Amino acid sequence: MRVNGKGRIDRNRPISFRFDGHAHVGFAGDTLASALMGGGVRLLGRSFKYHRPRGAMTAGSEEPNALVTMRNGARRDPNIRATVQELYDGLDAQSQNRWPSLGFDVLGLNDLAAPFFGAGFYYKTFMWPKAFWEKLYEPVIRRAAGLGALSGEPPVEAYEKAFAFCDALIIGGGPAGLMAALTAGRSGARVILCEEDREFGGRLLSEVEEIDGQPADDWAAGAVAELRTMDNVRLLPRCAVTGAYDQGTYGALERVAHHVGDPKGAPMECFWRIHAKRAILCAGALERHVGFQNNDKPGIMMAGAMRSYLNRWGVVPGKALAVFGNNDDAHRTARDLTKAGLHVAALIDSRADAPNLAGDVPYFPGAQVSRAYGRLGLEAIQILRPDGSQFRMQVQGLAVSGGWNPSLHLSCHMNTRPIWNDTIASFVPTNDAVPGMSVAGAAKGTFSTAGCLTDGAQAGLEALRDLGFSVQSPEVPEAEDAPYRIRRLWTVPGKGRAWLDFQNDVTVKDVKQAAQENFRSVEHMKRYTTQGMAPDQGKSSNVLALAVLADATGRDIPDTGTTTFRPPFTPVSIAAIGAGSQGKGYAPERFTTSHQASEVAGAPMIEAGLWYRPSYVPVEGEKTWRQSCDREVRMVREHVGICDVSTLGKIELQGPDVGQFLDFVYANTFSTLKSGRVRYGLMLREDGFVLDDGTCARLDVNRWLMTTTTAAAGQVMQHLDWVHQAFCSGLKMRFASVTEQWAQFAVAGPESRELLNGLLDVPIDDAQCGYMQCVPVTVGGVKARLFRISFSGEHAYEIAVPARFGTSLFEELVARAKTLGGGAYGMEALNVLRIEKGFVTHAEINGTATADDLGYGRMVSAKKDCIGKVMSRRPGLSGPERAQLVGLRPTAAIKEMPAGAHLFEAQSAATRENDLGYVTSTCYSPTLGEVRALALLQNGRARHGEMIKLVDHLRGVETLCEVTDPVAFDPEGGRLRG
Amino acid sequence: MRLTCPNCGDRDSREFTYKGAASMLDRPAPDAGAAIWHAYLHLRDNPAGQVEDLWYHGGGCGAWLIVTRDTITHDVQAVQLAEARNAG
Repeated sequence: MRVNGKGRIDRNRPISFRFDGHAHVGFAGDTLASALMGGGVRLLGRSFKYHRPRGAMTAGSEEPNALVTMRNGARRDPNIRATVQELYDGLDAQSQNRWPSLGFDVLGLNDLAAPFFGAGFYYKTFMWPKAFWEKLYEPVIRRAAGLGALSGEPPVEAYEKAFAFCDALIIGGGPAGLMAALTAGRSGARVILCEEDREFGGRLLSEVEEIDGQPADDWAAGAVAELRTMDNVRLLPRCAVTGAYDQGTYGALERVAHHVGDPKGAPMECFWRIHAKRAILCAGALERHVGFQNNDKPGIMMAGAMRSYLNRWGVVPGKALAVFGNNDDAHRTARDLTKAGLHVAALIDSRADAPNLAGDVPYFPGAQVSRAYGRLGLEAIQILRPDGSQFRMQVQGLAVSGGWNPSLHLSCHMNTRPIWNDTIASFVPTNDAVPGMSVAGAAKGTFSTAGCLTDGAQAGLEALRDLGFSVQSPEVPEAEDAPYRIRRLWTVPGKGRAWLDFQNDVTVKDVKQAAQENFRSVEHMKRYTTQGMAPDQGKSSNVLALAVLADATGRDIPDTGTTTFRPPFTPVSIAAIGAGSQGKGYAPERFTTSHQASEVAGAPMIEAGLWYRPSYVPVEGEKTWRQSCDREVRMVREHVGICDVSTLGKIELQGPDVGQFLDFVYANTFSTLKSGRVRYGLMLREDGFVLDDGTCARLDVNRWLMTTTTAAAGQVMQHLDWVHQAFCSGLKMRFASVTEQWAQFAVAGPESRELLNGLLDVPIDDAQCGYMQCVPVTVGGVKARLFRISFSGEHAYEIAVPARFGTSLFEELVARAKTLGGGAYGMEALNVLRIEKGFVTHAEINGTATADDLGYGRMVSAKKDCIGKVMSRRPGLSGPERAQLVGLRPTAAIKEMPAGAHLFEAQSAATRENDLGYVTSTCYSPTLGEVRALALLQNGRARHGEMIKLVDHLRGVETLCEVTDPVAFDPEGGRLRG
Repeated sequence: MRLTCPNCGDRDSREFTYKGAASMLDRPAPDAGAAIWHAYLHLRDNPAGQVEDLWYHGGGCGAWLIVTRDTITHDVQAVQLAEARNAG
């Protein structure tokens, strides 16, 4: 119900919303939880396991009970905490984990069967029969348990990622955080202040107190106004810092558009990665419950939360209210309620000697609440007097305080454990728990407002001085400075179930049972009972649970210890973490200079690493890729074809010692190569296997150009950097990648020279540019490089021009090729041409193939050392037991010898034990009129001419084929040289 | 995680690629024998505490770096150029 004259809501701005289909009205400034409480709704959800009726227990992100599903369809968003969800016009929320309705839930029967469902129930019950687990038990349990469900549809809302850097990150915008931010901000340092609430102020927004003679929330507003004037300060409201990571990196989740009906293109959430030189944790404290029978009835909430609902939103859970606590702070709730004109039926303090600080309320010192009554909400409590007598009292709301736990979570994210402080009966963070992070205010166990302000100022001062800023000691305003007196109270003795972990339905009895069954370690207890394993990570239950465990095992709390604190502090949606990474994500697309021409020609583009290359270039009348591919192959074999090969890695090396360097990185010798010559080179990894292959040209005495395969370009560059910097940085040479700087095209086929001579400014002949030579040429006045190399087995060239001339040269080459009966060819034809010639790619250089396996054993020079040489000589890396490169030809008219098919002796069974190798590459060869393949076959070189069985279990192919030399076409290489 | 590249300054870990222990810098002589080569390539210590790693600044200057860090605290104590150690 609403309380007149209270709250920071705008009563002139009513807001309509729906909950479970019913229309409600709240006010601007309300959360979903406060608006529902204002409308008299206490029941907000059903619990995870027993489907117990539950209401809001807190007023913040630690809320374990009040989880709802927001929105519908693909926009559905489950498990949103109603205590955090701001109200907006048209908000539509559904309760969760109930059927058919929140008021009547069939699975509420679980609650009646609770005696069977204690800790370890699932472990003990569903052990056998084993086969039942996957098909029966798990689906049933999954359906019964759980929270809200995702829509199952692809997300339609935008999510975002952002990066920020600062000198000081201040986590939490309560009194300590604001004071730290003011101190740091005034020094000129770059400050980021994150506050998970929509408003800065923390508890100042929920308390009736004064700072410097003005209402505390006014002081907070003034502090924020000053911070807003500072360009060096960035304020991030609705932004929870969720994790502390190495080297001052912090993760934070900003709820950007959860508070509006229409985001208007704004992302729902933004995940921040903040790098801070210093951080100050001012995350405040969270209140804890007391264990007593039925302490989970809707209407029972934390004492501080009830003050928040009263003072910040002007709502309370009912007409008659009671307060139960073990510390002075609880008295403030009774005081504020009475002052607001509400009926406080009782203030119950477990400390017999505690004075009444609440004024004129019925006071029960030394008493305890031992039981709560009510079906869907709290109706009455039972009070246990010091003399042991009990009586019932009708109330609709009960405020409970078992004390406050500092929110030290982030200080423990790098594996430090907090220490027990007996004075405040809670854990406090240790110093320097996270390098560069200090803790101030309630997060450190300083609970008075004056203490928080002083603490914040001091922490700001120290952090900034540490960084070398000149900082003024700020004047700390006057504020409330009452001591925090508490006496431990964990549970009230009595029968029935007393709840500890509300989100996972763990009771005092469950923890005791865990101890009894010898799960005495706190980590074991956690896993056995699931206490602290729900999305709230046990924020309100951990200390209580381990106090109960300590009691049950006869240890004290410091000896019992805590479980591990892990990020995130509050749940982070996968959509936010993965923002921008859907589909292609941030992967760049690399286009060649001929990309547009290929697209215009209707060529389907395929990915090669980050590059895009044409698969084939269809002409009119061609209906399948094979028709285009066969034509393109014949075109190259009979006339001339053009192919963009710019994607191959190009590395230019300069200096007098390049030859020496190349001798070391290539298996074969390069230092003897003459200027104007090109050589094929094989690169090994240090473990002796083949890394990559390609050609290397000596353009002139001190200038070389290495090419790599498209796939391994980056890897080879990294390898060269490694070898150079690690082993021979003294060599006089430098190298750089020039892949993007040059556009390079293959001109292949018997008419390639004719084509080029029509184009080059000065024609060439065999004497100037014979096989494996390179010459500088000019094309239309542009300096170009011409290489007589071939990946097709034909008389062929590659011509390179500065990339800005690539587009026009490609179009010119293709146009001229067409006049000669040729044209552009794509990756499919390129692949067929090389398979016919037995040239290898990374299908064969598969990371497990050695030079010897590929038939290049003799390329590993005996005269010099090189990377990988020693290890390539290891026993077992060469010889007949290895799979060696061979060709395969069919023995009958078969249509395919699929890549990936395995090879077996003709008479043996196609089983793993009999496996002799596999097909690496395959094609239909239009040149030879049959299917051809390359394969890695055990002892393959000695088996040319033999029959072998090829089996593809996946595609259902089985056939006999003949082992051949890898080179199927023009083995003498006459076409290449001629 | 962040690393301070001697050439480029303080950078995010995503600019770097990890290779392994800095012992890879101590390449044995070709005739050192199988045992030493085996140890060089395959055998690694796994200490709790200070280690020297090799990282490649592929998203930056292309330098290979020797990173001294602590496997317990994740503290990065020093970053130096691999080149500086092996001016051979």
